[in-house]
Amino acid sequence: MTNEGRWIAVTNVESIPPREGRVVTLEGAEIAIFHVDSRYLAIANKCPHKGGPLGDGIVSGTTVVCPLHGRRFDLETGMAVRASEPACVATFPTRVENGIVFVNFSGIRRALDEAAA
Amino acid sequence: MKQQLVVVGNGMAGVSCVEQILKQPHDFEITIFGDETHVNYNRILLSLVLAGERSADEIILNDFDWYQSNQICTRLGVKVKGIDRVRKIVVDQNGGVTEYDKLILATGSSAFIPPIPGVEKKNVHVFRTLDDTRALLERSRPGLKTVVIGGGLLGLEAARGLQVRGCDVTVVHLMDTLMERQLDATGGAYLKRKIENLGIRVMLPKQTAALFGNGRVDGLRFASGEELEADLVVIAAGIRPNAELGCQAGLDVHRGIVVDDFMQTSDPDIFAVGECTEHRGQTFGLVAPLFEQGRVLASAITGNPGPAFVGAAPAAKLKIMGVDIFSAGSIDESEPGVETVSCEDPALGIYKKLLLKDNRLRGVILVGDIEDEHVYQEWLRSGTDLTPHRRQILFPPRDADPGREVAAMPDSETICGCNGVRKGEIVQAIHKHGIVTLQQLKEKTRASTGCGTCTGLCEKLLRAVTPDFQEDTKTTLCSCLPFSCEQLREIIRGQQLKSVEEVLNIYGNRKGCEVCKPALSYLLDMLWCGGHQEDRSARFINDRVHANIQKDGTFSVVPRMRGGVTTPDELRRIADVADKYKVPMVKVTGSQRIDLLGIKKADLPNVWADLGMPSGQAYTKGVRMVKTCVGTEFCRFGVQDSTRAGIELERRLENLFTPHKVKMGAVGCPRNCAEATVKDIGLVGQDGSWQVVVGGAAGKSVRRADLLITAETTEQALEAACLFFQHYRENANYLERTYDFVERLGIEKIRKETVYAPEEEKNKLLDRLNRSKAMAKDAWLEGARPVNPTQFVQIQPLEVPTA
Repeated sequence: MTNEGRWIAVTNVESIPPREGRVVTLEGAEIAIFHVDSRYLAIANKCPHKGGPLGDGIVSGTTVVCPLHGRRFDLETGMAVRASEPACVATFPTRVENGIVFVNFSGIRRALDEAAA
Repeated sequence: MKQQLVVVGNGMAGVSCVEQILKQPHDFEITIFGDETHVNYNRILLSLVLAGERSADEIILNDFDWYQSNQICTRLGVKVKGIDRVRKIVVDQNGGVTEYDKLILATGSSAFIPPIPGVEKKNVHVFRTLDDTRALLERSRPGLKTVVIGGGLLGLEAARGLQVRGCDVTVVHLMDTLMERQLDATGGAYLKRKIENLGIRVMLPKQTAALFGNGRVDGLRFASGEELEADLVVIAAGIRPNAELGCQAGLDVHRGIVVDDFMQTSDPDIFAVGECTEHRGQTFGLVAPLFEQGRVLASAITGNPGPAFVGAAPAAKLKIMGVDIFSAGSIDESEPGVETVSCEDPALGIYKKLLLKDNRLRGVILVGDIEDEHVYQEWLRSGTDLTPHRRQILFPPRDADPGREVAAMPDSETICGCNGVRKGEIVQAIHKHGIVTLQQLKEKTRASTGCGTCTGLCEKLLRAVTPDFQEDTKTTLCSCLPFSCEQLREIIRGQQLKSVEEVLNIYGNRKGCEVCKPALSYLLDMLWCGGHQEDRSARFINDRVHANIQKDGTFSVVPRMRGGVTTPDELRRIADVADKYKVPMVKVTGSQRIDLLGIKKADLPNVWADLGMPSGQAYTKGVRMVKTCVGTEFCRFGVQDSTRAGIELERRLENLFTPHKVKMGAVGCPRNCAEATVKDIGLVGQDGSWQVVVGGAAGKSVRRADLLITAETTEQALEAACLFFQHYRENANYLERTYDFVERLGIEKIRKETVYAPEEEKNKLLDRLNRSKAMAKDAWLEGARPVNPTQFVQIQPLEVPTA
């Protein structure tokens, strides 16, 4: 499946302060959206290590640090930053239009399907 | 009659040679000429002065007292114009004549100014002397478009200094590799990335064809035709020996004044030392060989000839915090028989390359990790056969016994390249002065007072030599921001920085991480007494939502119960909250509080409102609680009202942040039921007095608290506790508990700086505490007035996805 699927209007850009994350639940899946520079990057809000809420993590450049045990993930690729802790989290395409952050719905579907598989 | 020794040049090479002469039996009356008006200062630290990390005073090596007490006739600001070798006199700019029996030329070098049209324009500077530095400081201001021509050691250091001052800096380099004399292309690429990460633009290879502007420089034009705007241009294109005086006197001069292995010029009564010299075809631009030359010359000129000067392998280290670069020896790999061994880790920014010939080290390049620098330098110096080390050559094993590594070093090895301090001198000084701390070592020997890169080695040496080594820990926070807490406090205060972003943008990697961001948040809050610019994104989640995150992402809520005293009404409200929010666990904590566990983030504001109690700060590095016993109120043994004293102590300090959590206790008698002697601060009631104890612990470490003072009244005891509290806030490293802090500083020092400090100092401490306290608020007030609308709640999507 491509990323052409439906884009969901999630929130006004102001709801996410710079260098912080905020969580939205879409179809039962928690997605953490981060405000990095002037971009909004979305990943699954669940650390593959012990399920920590990544949206509550401290942002360092374009990586986020899980608040529970300090695992680090790249917000653009979803890959773990440290090679010694291989893992990844789902990422979701985003775009901003007229001050509204959109997340791509098909991306969410696919991630959910993957999680179910 | 005494012999007249005249030294032309008051820089590091000349004066360090004079220092060596003074250590030997001699018969000289010494005159030093210096064309700068300053006493001898550490020229290689000028970049730190430019960056504001040192003051001009702090880089002085020899003050006026030194010249006076050694009866040196000092002629500062006087340029020597000529030498008459027949009459054995020097003639200065004022026409004054000074006779000599022996003459030392230590005229140093000057900035090489390439023949580019326009270099004479205003606002084009060089960076070579203290006056140059001052001129640059005067010119620099935030946003100033600054171009540094030259991407060598000095150019990069100047660029960093100016950028720290807020200038918008671009480095323009002629070659396609930065520091190409010390690095290969790969090393240069790593360096370039590191420099760019600091926020400095790098353009290469770029040949500057002209500087344009009407009288004042407006920009550069490159040979390619491109132009670059510039309000300030710094030329750091290399140095050239100041050999004119030697030339004019008819001495042998090639690129520099030619000297033999004992630093003698072609005239047996004239010697030369330092960057003005040329020895076996080599000229010098780095400091270490100059000290060596000074020693050789001092021996030779006093008639105690020692070892000859045999040249020096070039060694260079970049003095930019966080950009670790070391290079030594020959990095030419095209030489027949040279093999290279290398490794790199792009993610960590580490690159190491060794050049070997016949199993002996010829050269080394270290980027990002220079810890083993001394091992390699020693291998270079000694020409050790590395056959047995080949398998570990890139990662020489670090000895578990720190003494071994330093024991293996010869006494003659230079430990501190900035100040030319050798191992033997340090060991002697340690014994002679009974040195036990790094600080004392610095004061007595000047070792590690320069760029600081030999600090680790000095510490190892100190540990190995003195049985009573005492740590004065100065560890850096993390690689984002390679400064110690102490340096950061200086930087924040000195540069008036108010936000985490500012500090990271100017002094760090602009990103920060989970280590330095909370630390900086604390330092800013403490230093500006709450008047900083708070940035919640730099706080750990606990300090964004004022509750303690649990393993499932829910939070625990601990309301403040001062002194562990509560009321039936509070207990009823707690019970109601537990019911209403279906709190999975209600627990009495070890610190006499009640913990409600398993609260959802979104419920926090309502929970706090329903509780109607202030935050117990159980989630943060701050004032946790004061645990008390019932004291005189009910206990038949109590001799002091510990409950009331504990509640008052908690009231005075609550809502304040600290380097690490602070747990306190107050007990009404020495039976110590509330365990005050294992708390960070404890009040121990006695008949007619209180013992104020500090630095106790009963967690990961167990430590009995030290007695700070015995106070006669409760008020005095509370004041002593407050003095210690603020002193800890201001002086501890971030995440340093009081028990480590007290051990590090020693209780005697702490007493001197708190309870025994002059009244004025005490008042200042208390004043800063009060100002912070006045700004500190109950964090749970944010439940009703969140700092942003989504502080506690999830985002509600603007549209509901339909399948």
